[in-house]
Amino acid sequence: MTEHRDYVGAKMGMWLFLFTEILLFGGLFVLYSVTLGRYPTEFHEASKLLDVTMGTTNTVVLITSSLFAALSVAALQKGSRKTAELFIGLTMALACCFLVIKYFEWSHKIHAGIYPGGETLVQWEPGKQAFFSLYYTMTGLHGLHVIIGMGVFTWVWAMIRLERCTPDHFVALENAGLYWHLVDLIWIYLFPLYYLIT
Amino acid sequence: MNVDAGFMAPGGKSWIREWLFTIDHKRIGMLYLWCIMAFFIVGVFLGLLIRMELFWPGRDFIGPQTYNAVFTLHGVIMIFIVVIPSIPAAFGNIFLPLQLGAEDVAFPRLNMFSFWLYLIGGATALISLFTGGGAPDTGWTFYVPFSAVTTTNVSVAVAGVFILGFSSILTGLNFIVTIHRLRAPGLSWTRLTLFAWALYATAWIQVLATPILSITVVLIIIERLLGMGIFDPARGGDPILYQHLFWIYSHPAVYIMILPAMGVISDIIPVFCRKSIFGYKTIVGSSLAIAFAGSLVWAHHMFVSGMSDTAVMVFSLLTFIVAVPSAIKVFNWLSTMYKGSIRLEPPLVYALGFIFLFAMGGITGLVLGSAGTDMHVHDTYFVVGHFHYVIFGGTGFGMFAAIHYWFPKMYGRMYNRKQAMIAAVLLIIGLNGLYFPMYLLGLQGMPRRYYDYLPQFTPLHQLSTYGSWITFVGLALMLWNLVRSRYKGAPCGRNPWKAATLEWTLPSPPPTHNFDEVPVVTHGPYDYSEVRDDD
Ligand code: HEM
Ligand SMILES: [Cu+2]
Repeated sequence: MTEHRDYVGAKMGMWLFLFTEILLFGGLFVLYSVTLGRYPTEFHEASKLLDVTMGTTNTVVLITSSLFAALSVAALQKGSRKTAELFIGLTMALACCFLVIKYFEWSHKIHAGIYPGGETLVQWEPGKQAFFSLYYTMTGLHGLHVIIGMGVFTWVWAMIRLERCTPDHFVALENAGLYWHLVDLIWIYLFPLYYLIT
Repeated sequence: MNVDAGFMAPGGKSWIREWLFTIDHKRIGMLYLWCIMAFFIVGVFLGLLIRMELFWPGRDFIGPQTYNAVFTLHGVIMIFIVVIPSIPAAFGNIFLPLQLGAEDVAFPRLNMFSFWLYLIGGATALISLFTGGGAPDTGWTFYVPFSAVTTTNVSVAVAGVFILGFSSILTGLNFIVTIHRLRAPGLSWTRLTLFAWALYATAWIQVLATPILSITVVLIIIERLLGMGIFDPARGGDPILYQHLFWIYSHPAVYIMILPAMGVISDIIPVFCRKSIFGYKTIVGSSLAIAFAGSLVWAHHMFVSGMSDTAVMVFSLLTFIVAVPSAIKVFNWLSTMYKGSIRLEPPLVYALGFIFLFAMGGITGLVLGSAGTDMHVHDTYFVVGHFHYVIFGGTGFGMFAAIHYWFPKMYGRMYNRKQAMIAAVLLIIGLNGLYFPMYLLGLQGMPRRYYDYLPQFTPLHQLSTYGSWITFVGLALMLWNLVRSRYKGAPCGRNPWKAATLEWTLPSPPPTHNFDEVPVVTHGPYDYSEVRDDD
């Protein structure tokens, strides 16, 4: 069969897929808003326990990585493969950085017994417990998406090396970039909802 | 032409390489069809087992725990593995590109990937039976708190459901892009077949509703493995939220089940009445309206769950509204038949069975949708009767109609028409025998999912079990006829029904490369003036 190339179709498919991702998180945002409506003061209290500095750093890290992702697309479109690869590398490096910071945040909390079933958390009011179960679920799922995004970038990087993704047919990289922007966007919502509602 | 011609012809490689790694939409569709049939047979036997156990009150064959596992498994297999993928994944894959005059779907490799996800998801659901703490016993709805605490193998089963959902999303996504991008020249939106329109509306539901199911089942897994307490009131959670999330997917999912079947019926009826479909645009409009309005009525499954009275009233009203577009379709089909020159061939008989059984189910849907009467029959056999009429009588019959309509195209052979008719009639009688007593049982207060019952329910339960045997005979006859005809049926030409849609311009079975030259479409799908008698 002849290779069928359809730029508009490929973009359309990706946008539809991003829609499904938004809806997936949408379910969790619904849970969040209902629970927040039920326990406003507990959420307020629990939110104070999160480390705003780390959260802010991570937001900056992720936005910057999104910028690099966009730059890599622009570079490939202009025909400079090497620069594109470099920017992909930088995107991935910042993604790692994000995960490392997340790791430290989580492990601090877990050491302090603040996790579902943990000795500290079980003694708190239900509202605070709900805050932390949602916190771990949503940031955990988001973290998983960061890892998937890194996998996607690795794959595109290989495609560029194999010249299957080229300055003429760059839609794979462009779609990877779109995916990364979505991961970034979701974090931009998670950040104020968990860190800034104190 | 015969079963080994066209795209079915072996290409010299090993069967596994040629079929399991194929990116040809027709082969992928056939694979789905065979898998769905195999799972359907398993599901039927589980259903028969349930009916056998209920022949007498008390224990007949299996214990209560096994009984719970059997009806859960029956539901999970039938809903997630058989009915949801049935028509879109099997017949949509085979015939959508053909009806569009396209070479393949928009993303052939993604299509293969969807099929693999389907296989893996189905296998995972089956593995949950034999591993861990035994088969799940929650019912197909996996309601918390029970599903969060039961020691049976719920996590593995819902992981299977998650994977199957992913497969469904990707199929829907693929179809949307295909319909937008790959229509042949001249094939405007108003010349699209109604089957393609139905798949289009379905695909949007698949893409927009299934992610909610995905997150819901992920939450069950998280709840079970990590003890999150998201649905546990003692830890700030809420079990009713689970029901909302579940039904936000699963009500629209019933339209994923029924819309493609309606599309099949809309394609079949004009062909066998030699008349253009009555109200093409209203049928299209009602498909889209069902897809839209169907997303707003999920909470009619929760009238007795403790929602506010306002919510109950609003959802009851919305439920009545969503019944309107379905009724419009039934009127359109009947008007198409009015004064048509009707040929009573097997596909039409199945289509008529569809209309009758679907109406039986749809009308009782209104009894359930009106909050007052639902209080009385909620979670009784009335509900079981309702959804079997619409799912088995609707989607099941739509599937059978599709098989009998397209069988000659797929295999280049015709089945025994008389046997096909007898099977259809047996099925219609059997289904009524099987499910009508359930309405009566429900009205008398027999709860669903119960292992045992009071002695006064015995006659109706036995009637239902007899019905299940007639249904079984009908199914067996239908399958036997199809399987035998696949090898021994009389060869048929390109267009045995003299239909006017594009797939019938191709040889039967169609070649691997669908169209030698891109077809140019000059008339609508139900315009029979130009259909010639040349084969
Ligand atoms: C179009 C095809 C339809 C399908 C495939 C379908 C399927 C189902 C299924 C599977 C259930 C049972 C859910 C469970 O396990 O608890 C159900 C229940 C229900 N259906 Fe349908 N249905 C259809 C049409 C309708 C229509 C047209 C209406 C109303 C206008 C309707 C109203 C209801 C209601 C209110 C319930 C909940 C009953 C209760 O649990 O008390 N359905 N349906
Ligand atoms: Cu419903």
